[in-house]
Amino acid sequence: MDMLTEFGAARGQAKWSLRAQFQLTGAQRDEAKWGLLFLSPWLIGFALFYLAPMIVSLLFSLYDFVLSAPDEARLVGLDNWRRMLAEDPNTWEALFVTFKFALISLPIGMVAAFLLAVLLNSKHLLGRNVLRTLFYAPTMVPLIAAILIWSRVLNPQTGWLNQLIALTGIDAVGMDGLRWLDDPNLIYIAYTFIGLWGIGNAILINLASLQGVPTEMYEAASIDGAGWFRQLWSITVPMVTPVIFYNLVLSVVGLLQYFIVPYVLNGGNGYPEGTTNYYMIYFYKQAFPFQNMGYGATLAWFMFIIGLAITIFLFWSGRFWVYYAGESK
Amino acid sequence: MMARKQKNYNEYELSKRRRDLLLQAAVTLFALVILAVYLMPMAYGVITSLKSKAQTSDPGAPVWPAESVSFEYEGDDYDVLQVPTKSGIRDLALVKKGRRSSQFIDPQNPEAGVIEWEGNWRALQPVREFAVQWDNYPQAWNTIDFARLLFNTLMYAFITMIGTVSASACAAYGFARFNFPFKNVLFMIMIGTIVLPPAVTLVPTYTFFVNVLDWGGTWLPLIVPAMFGNAYNIFLLRQYFLTIPREMEEAAQIDGAGRIRTFVAVILPQAVPALTAVSLFHFFFAWNDFFGPLIYLAGNREANPITVGLTEFNGLYSSETQLILAAAVISMIPPLAIFFLAQRVFIQGIVVTGVDK
Repeated sequence: MDMLTEFGAARGQAKWSLRAQFQLTGAQRDEAKWGLLFLSPWLIGFALFYLAPMIVSLLFSLYDFVLSAPDEARLVGLDNWRRMLAEDPNTWEALFVTFKFALISLPIGMVAAFLLAVLLNSKHLLGRNVLRTLFYAPTMVPLIAAILIWSRVLNPQTGWLNQLIALTGIDAVGMDGLRWLDDPNLIYIAYTFIGLWGIGNAILINLASLQGVPTEMYEAASIDGAGWFRQLWSITVPMVTPVIFYNLVLSVVGLLQYFIVPYVLNGGNGYPEGTTNYYMIYFYKQAFPFQNMGYGATLAWFMFIIGLAITIFLFWSGRFWVYYAGESK
Repeated sequence: MMARKQKNYNEYELSKRRRDLLLQAAVTLFALVILAVYLMPMAYGVITSLKSKAQTSDPGAPVWPAESVSFEYEGDDYDVLQVPTKSGIRDLALVKKGRRSSQFIDPQNPEAGVIEWEGNWRALQPVREFAVQWDNYPQAWNTIDFARLLFNTLMYAFITMIGTVSASACAAYGFARFNFPFKNVLFMIMIGTIVLPPAVTLVPTYTFFVNVLDWGGTWLPLIVPAMFGNAYNIFLLRQYFLTIPREMEEAAQIDGAGRIRTFVAVILPQAVPALTAVSLFHFFFAWNDFFGPLIYLAGNREANPITVGLTEFNGLYSSETQLILAAAVISMIPPLAIFFLAQRVFIQGIVVTGVDK
């Protein structure tokens, strides 16, 4: 049972009415007391580090507040919001960059994870366990180390990627070749490569769900004359839609926060030609180097609203394309 | 008649087995090729970290760690080049450079004297020998002050590991075994925190920690919030607690153990695999944590963890590729080693929650 399934189960059982919650017998009251006591670390943490800061963050967005001069903070109403939505071109540019990157890297990453899982699940594959471990290994490489290594592998002259491509006869090496990290047309592909070193978890949950597909389904399809590709498309893909859904939901939040790769590679300067001015980079610059806490909080809340809107849309759309085994509809 | 049928059947079996074997070889070979490409950067990182600085920036240099061979002649060092002569290519030391012709010495036989060679010496390839620069590792370790970075990272990882695992275990037990008002609502909220961008709580939290409590430049803003548990860990532990039979707790309670006693003495020992998985997840999270240390430790380089230290090192020594890669390789050894040793527990944990954070 993954988290989203459990979330759905909890939603089905949740009782929202106050009266139902507090009509308890003595024994139930004792149990509730202990339950809340065990829960208290998380409850306190939630109140202190989630709920309260979220509300205060919304209040901050109504202020012009620079951290170095807290006494000069003043209430400006919706000025920050107007500035962000109507006057500041950087917001929309950053959103555009983030979404453009998401549209390139998300499908590549998800398809790669799915296909690798299919490969690693193949009954024809020898040494499956060893290969699974080795395919997972790059995910364990700390992200910073991965970025530092990739930044050199992608070097147009001395990097191995271009030299590998050159083996196939394509003229990739050199300053006229493929300049992965300098060319605005290649930069998202280069960042996607770095991201491919983090798909181990997606491979694993895909694999777990592939192993759950009943073999009778394939046998039946095979008798009906369906070939390998037809079986993949008509049986395997629908069966892993819950995993795709789960990955999509988490990736949306992850991509809105996309920060470390551009920050380590170029310090957040947007190189080349502003193509790496991601939303989180812009938020970071406003809130920390510039210390514009009011405007930073506004940008953060906007990020939250966008993420929530996409999540709600995904949950709504999931009814049409996510297949849950055992459901009649 | 029977025999013929049998023979046909055997032939069919044989051809099926042959086909299976072929398919096996093809699929496995295909997987190995993909794996080689996928892991190529790792090999690049390790091999390049063992090269000399000059070699890392030389596009004509060989793939393996190598050094140009030089020859000492009459007190000076001369480069040894591959010189085409009438008797084939010879390795000769270039002693006097000229535009049209140059003078060489045979390192094997220096007494033979100077050899005149017609042609442009710039077109000649240097002779290289396999030479591994192990020294890059101690040099990287010392330049970056890795011991201090490691100490900071480990302190952070272990302190918060104890805190977050204990708090998460408590909360998970609460969700797994007790009924209380708004339990399902609270459970939904807890899972909901996973899709909440941390940025939305960051600005007030940062202001409070840095401006009000004056914790800027210390690890406290990162340690304190970790003491209250985390949704992924709570979820994973709850799933595990749900599989432990209730009879064990009931037996303990009949023996007079209280709720806390039951939790500590009965439940926790049963949940060692899940607790291990959660501890590992947290360790890897802490080992990788970047954004928090970046903003909270700003201005206090002494407190940097490995991630921030490596990034600064990369900015300051960007031309020392071999040292940067050596440091990167050092930083990936502990997580990779732990993963290879504990992969079973670890992978089960990922499949339950879907992700390590």
